[in-house]
Amino acid sequence: MTDIRAELDIRDSEPEAGFGDYVQLLKPRVMSLVVFTALVGLLVAPVSLHPVEALASIIFIALGAGASGALNMWWDADIDRVMRRTARRPVPSGRVTPGEALGLGLGLSLISVLMLGLAANWLAAGLLAFTIFFYAVIYSIWLKRSTPQNIVIGGAAGAFPPMIGWVVATGHVGIEAVLMFALIFMWTPPHFWALALFMKDDYGKAGVPMLTVTHGRRVTRAQILAYTLALVPVALWVGFTSIGGPVYLAVALALNSVFAWGAVGLWRRGEEAAGLDSYRAEKRFFRFSLLYLFGHFAALLAEATPWAGLLRAQFTLWGGA
Amino acid sequence: MSISREHELHHRRFGRNLGVALTLAAFIVLVFALTIAKVSGGGMIEAFDHTYRPALDPAVNPDLRRE
Repeated sequence: MTDIRAELDIRDSEPEAGFGDYVQLLKPRVMSLVVFTALVGLLVAPVSLHPVEALASIIFIALGAGASGALNMWWDADIDRVMRRTARRPVPSGRVTPGEALGLGLGLSLISVLMLGLAANWLAAGLLAFTIFFYAVIYSIWLKRSTPQNIVIGGAAGAFPPMIGWVVATGHVGIEAVLMFALIFMWTPPHFWALALFMKDDYGKAGVPMLTVTHGRRVTRAQILAYTLALVPVALWVGFTSIGGPVYLAVALALNSVFAWGAVGLWRRGEEAAGLDSYRAEKRFFRFSLLYLFGHFAALLAEATPWAGLLRAQFTLWGGA
Repeated sequence: MSISREHELHHRRFGRNLGVALTLAAFIVLVFALTIAKVSGGGMIEAFDHTYRPALDPAVNPDLRRE
């Protein structure tokens, strides 16, 4: 009896993972964005899929994203421990061992890729496998600690889901899929650099060569503006493809105007002014960047509805009259 | 002194085991539903050995017809 109590006391002092900790390893917030963009890529494609096949494909794409999140947490445990934002993650806090995170990541990678191949097609499965490899190896292991361009190139990993969704439905990569990829790819740098502007100490302490650390905030602000201006034509171009239309163009025009204006504001802002109001404009720009991406994909989804089709027909009618 | 089975550790482990069980059950349901969807919506289903295969019959499969 005493032995059992002693064992329980020892176990009490060691943090033991609950089911929620393993869910946290899969980065559920990132997964929700992946699910949304992949779903839009799938639904806007001009091929209809059996609902069960579509649901299964989205679940396996989400699992693949979760797998790459677990692999990222396994590799980055040392720097996550140093950064305030990530110190409470399951691996750095000691609730999950690095080996468990690696095992979960590898296992889910295998299951998600195989099952997506069986549920949809092998091109989609290949793209998912490449995405996991890109995020875990190219971004997490290689680029993140070696170059300030880490999130520029690494952003490709987050840009693949809508392309995979499109390939699940159509079986091939079209211009629409490439443009949806480009939209997220070009959006990633301003989004993360805005975050880095008000989290600089975190990245500096962890030794992650973010642009703010290696080149300073002045350069980062200029780069945010440059990438935002380069993003605008990409976002508008989507509107002139088969998945775009008047609804998307109206939303894109509004969102891009506000986003570009915000980037100009950040570029003109000095560090003193930013420090005085605790980086309010930078935080606002970061929050708006989330709305920006959501808005574009929601507008694409709206374009795929029959009502948008009616509106498009009306425009064509006016154009022909 | 009695051994208490209601230690917090047991609750945590029960939650974890329940989570794994539900995940596996959901996976089984998903694979089953996917199989039904594939079989009911799939193309030609035929046996392979010692039997007539429509896919290899030029009268049925236009791809096998010669000009």
